[in-house]
Amino acid sequence: MASGDQKGREGATPQVAGSNVAPWEQIAASAEFKALLRAKRRFIVPATVFFVVYYFALPYLVGYHPDLMQRKVWGEMNWAYLFALSQFFMAWLLAAFYVAAAAGWDRKAAELLAKFRQ
Amino acid sequence: MNTALFMFLAFVAATLVITYFSAKKSTGTSAYFAAGRRITGWQNGLAVAGDYMSAASFLGIAGMIAFNGYDGFMYSVGFLVAYLTVLIIVAEPLRNAGKYTMADVLAYRLKPRPVRAMASLSTLTVSIFYMIAQMVGAGTLVRQLLPGVSYEMAVVGVGVLMVVYVVFGGMLATTWVQIIKAVLLMSGSLFLSVLVMSKFNFSLTNFFQSVSAVTFTGPDGAPVTRNFLTPGLLFKNPLDQISLGLALVFGTAGLPHILIRFYTVPDAKTARASVVWAMILIGVFYIMTTFFGFGAASLLGPDHMKAHGGTNMAAPELARFLGGEVFFAFISAVAFATILAVVAGLTISASTSFAHDFFTNVIHHGREHRPGEEVRVARITAFVVGALAIIIAILLGPTVNVAFLVGLAFAVAASANLPVIIFSIFWKRFNTTGAVCGLAVGLVASIALILVSPDFMKQPLFPLKNPGIVSIPLGFLAAFLGAMIRREPEAEAKFAELSVRANTGLGAEKATIE
Repeated sequence: MASGDQKGREGATPQVAGSNVAPWEQIAASAEFKALLRAKRRFIVPATVFFVVYYFALPYLVGYHPDLMQRKVWGEMNWAYLFALSQFFMAWLLAAFYVAAAAGWDRKAAELLAKFRQ
Repeated sequence: MNTALFMFLAFVAATLVITYFSAKKSTGTSAYFAAGRRITGWQNGLAVAGDYMSAASFLGIAGMIAFNGYDGFMYSVGFLVAYLTVLIIVAEPLRNAGKYTMADVLAYRLKPRPVRAMASLSTLTVSIFYMIAQMVGAGTLVRQLLPGVSYEMAVVGVGVLMVVYVVFGGMLATTWVQIIKAVLLMSGSLFLSVLVMSKFNFSLTNFFQSVSAVTFTGPDGAPVTRNFLTPGLLFKNPLDQISLGLALVFGTAGLPHILIRFYTVPDAKTARASVVWAMILIGVFYIMTTFFGFGAASLLGPDHMKAHGGTNMAAPELARFLGGEVFFAFISAVAFATILAVVAGLTISASTSFAHDFFTNVIHHGREHRPGEEVRVARITAFVVGALAIIIAILLGPTVNVAFLVGLAFAVAASANLPVIIFSIFWKRFNTTGAVCGLAVGLVASIALILVSPDFMKQPLFPLKNPGIVSIPLGFLAAFLGAMIRREPEAEAKFAELSVRANTGLGAEKATIE
């Protein structure tokens, strides 16, 4: 078993309801689990890069290109305010995409766990 | 009796009733620390929002927008975007692999004692500094909101109440205090925003027209007219804003009182749903800061606000102007409820970490000597933490600048906690040395940089108000280099298990059955 020689580590005696020791190594090595990790990474890495860049574009543009950001778009509304406001919708939209993607991961995880329970 | 005081007492009475019923239900460790993991998604979403929207956001940001226009709104943006880090990177693995505290996830494959000791130290630092900031804030505000109540009385009152919630009601009572407060805060802000817009016939064009020309008395005594939609009225150095943004966006996902909320729900899926609920509420709230912040600037004007309580009183003064004394009393009571709820959330995160991480796992090697001992230690800790916070807040007095304490909390969370959370979940090679180095360097670097910043020194050695831009990379670097110093085969061997747990929820802590 994977955790037999792990004295002192808290995970050494997994308190899994039902079965006491799960085949962690086997699951981790399975093609399905690797596919799940890949699918997650394909979403999480670009999504994180995207929101970090999108968010820091705001203080960068406001700080270093104030003339551009002060241009008026509609009435007195300027780019600075619109871009700041757009951050809220960016966050909500990205959260919605994440929830949709995560629903797929939940299914994959459930399938792979069902396989190992047999 | 004073209307504000009456409304505040009504809130206190309601929360004490909840505490009484929670105390009867809270039997057992998981019930006390994690509300039995039976909180639903929307409830926890409200509670996360309640834990997060402190007096600093409600009164502080409203005031900052009212006095500095656009730059104040930049805070609002960062506070929401921060939740993407929580949602996408931290919440679910943490729920799947942990039990009561952030350190649970670290201790999984690393040596528990050094890692928990350090994580507990950083949790206590973040919680206590943040808490003192809130209590000093409460004391100063109350003098203006509730005439006849002194600073000391307010501080003692807040301290005693938070200890009562946490000691008797545990996580369940704390959660419900957050939920009620979030509902009050959202409805108060909505009502305030609608009243503001009614002054402009609900026309955004008129509203922004008025915000674009705010007249006030300049430093030389002559009237000045400024466009409050223009950036740069508050932040002169763009790096200041970027550094603050870094601390907000990466610090939220390391705030212990937010992270422990994900242990109160049944599973990772519910944790995810609760972040989404929180993002909706927090987003709507921070968009509304536009209306009452800019509204206070254009309807009352900075001169009026300066004469009536200054920055922190912008929202209550606006309420008085728009809705009379009763609305003023309501908004004041909401502000006080806000502080109380946040302080309770911080107290429970500090005492959980001390009892679970330090007492049980560091001193007693992970074993409870007597059943219920961990909960008993947490209750005593809550009492001690409360007493300490009261004493420190009274000693500091109402005039101390507390902004740096909150900045410190976010900076420590981002520089010390987040790097080790991320590395231990995602990087197989990560080990105990890396975690201890990351936590220690992140903690020391952020505190040291704040001590030599403009908030603390007349001739600052470090030019920025927030240390994030330097201390966050330092925290990551220290964690990385520490891990590279030597290999730890045991930690690498356990990575498969942690990864399976974090990604599939297999073996995750279950909700207790009633």
